[in-house]
Amino acid sequence: MNTHIQVNNLNAWYGKQPALKEINIEIPKNQITVIMGPSGCGKTTLLKTFNRFLELNDGAKITGEVLVNGQDIYQPDVDVTEVRKRIGLLAQRPYPLPMSIYDNVAYGMNIHRMKKDRLGYKASVKHYLELAGLWDEVQKRLHEPATGLSIGQQQRLCLARGLAVEPEVILGDEPTSALDPISSQHIEKKLLELKSQYTTVIVTHTLRQAKRLADHVIFMYMGEVVEAGPARNVFTNPQQERTRQYLEGLF
Amino acid sequence: MEKPIPLFSPITPAAVSRRRADSFANRAFFMITLIPVALIFIITIALFLRFLPILREHSLWELVSGVTWKPNKGEFGFLPFIAGTFWVTALGVALAVPPCILTALYLSEYARATTRTLMKPLLDLLAAIPSVVYGVWGMLAIVPLVGDVLRPILNRYLGFIPLFASNQPTGFSILAGAIVLAVMIAPFIIAITYEVLATIPQGLRQASLGIGATQWQTIRYVVLPQVLPAIIAGIVLGASRALGETLAVLMVVGNIPQMPNSIFDAGYPLPALIANNYGEMMSIPLYDAALLGAAFILLVIILFFNILSTIVLQRVLK
Repeated sequence: MNTHIQVNNLNAWYGKQPALKEINIEIPKNQITVIMGPSGCGKTTLLKTFNRFLELNDGAKITGEVLVNGQDIYQPDVDVTEVRKRIGLLAQRPYPLPMSIYDNVAYGMNIHRMKKDRLGYKASVKHYLELAGLWDEVQKRLHEPATGLSIGQQQRLCLARGLAVEPEVILGDEPTSALDPISSQHIEKKLLELKSQYTTVIVTHTLRQAKRLADHVIFMYMGEVVEAGPARNVFTNPQQERTRQYLEGLF
Repeated sequence: MEKPIPLFSPITPAAVSRRRADSFANRAFFMITLIPVALIFIITIALFLRFLPILREHSLWELVSGVTWKPNKGEFGFLPFIAGTFWVTALGVALAVPPCILTALYLSEYARATTRTLMKPLLDLLAAIPSVVYGVWGMLAIVPLVGDVLRPILNRYLGFIPLFASNQPTGFSILAGAIVLAVMIAPFIIAITYEVLATIPQGLRQASLGIGATQWQTIRYVVLPQVLPAIIAGIVLGASRALGETLAVLMVVGNIPQMPNSIFDAGYPLPALIANNYGEMMSIPLYDAALLGAAFILLVIILFFNILSTIVLQRVLK
């Protein structure tokens, strides 16, 4: 297995409340890893340690290592903005920035000064809107406010916005939970298409979605990783009693 | 046999009287709520009626554009007072706004929760200091600072600009009034800006931070554009408080009815005019009408700014 992210002895607390306990996992490159488990088990917390979002919470404390390509992103000499550029996050609900559709996609490229001229930006905006499967729907209204899009379109716009800064990892924090079934399908389809180019980590609480997407599965319970491994093995032949119970819908 | 379904019992006299008491209370509370609303209208109308006698002799335009204030000679020009009001207010707001917005941004975007819970009440406390205390502080600290430090320095280096030229020896001036005013309205502007920033969902900030924007870029391109109208409304609300602030300003502003040309000139704002003179020398013809006219003009200006900013703010904060 080609490991992209490796987590060593990771612990996290909210104040005095432990949220993650001794996490040791590996995330394979260019596959979809699904983190599943009942609500409150720490899935989202774990996900947010990968792009250093956890430290946005007042009072959150983290120990241990998160190695991306073998480098610990929590070392003091690592630039947090670069971490977040290379490890993008698709949030639970789409938050279009208060600007046009075009500017939403160009925003990140602008901030990182990734293109030399206007034509470069224009071509990239088109490219990433196509990649997110939104181009056909918005090409005639690129300069209208992004808030006018439907929620499903907004989520694809957020995907395009994240992809535009050329990340190597896509994190998804229940990225379809606010969407209608058709829009959810759209996003799932995109994630499956993109996985050959991006390492993808998705948090979900729907087992069916996990089964549709996962190449690799991490099952969490009460802040601990109970079981992790290739999806085929975990779904058909779980090694742990808890995993089996969860898969059978007992909790 | 099936049990009969019970009907609702017919209304009893006790229920009728309860219902009556309820509707009476409803109406009574409504009337009580109306009193403050009605007061605004009554005061405005009463001031206007008392203003009328002078309007029969001088046109409104003549009054608000007149620059001479000599009640003994029947000359009632309001312009120096209107100008004084706007000078002090504009300068006060200009001094207050930049640090206030930065403070609110710091508290809302950068500060840790513990800092915030400590600092926020302290800032709100500024609003609780009585006006007269600010006035005394202004006389003891700000007037000497303006007169002995700022005036000589600015006059020397920027004196070629009329705004900073000075030909009067003391610190009792527009600038002193504006500084005191700036400190007085600061807690309002900070509080409103902070409230408005708090309406921005965390997810929106994270959308920007999540693709590697810095905190400042997020503020600059995502947070501020979203709240700018509301912040401006908050500033206008602060300004309308400033327009009406009387005591602290009149203690430091010099109170000379002249058209100010420089921030070091003495000014004479409308509220100071009314507070200093109403009740004295009332035997002068039309003096009463002139002062109450000044009060009417002040009230109309403030109501206008207040209503405008409230409408904008309610839209944002709802």
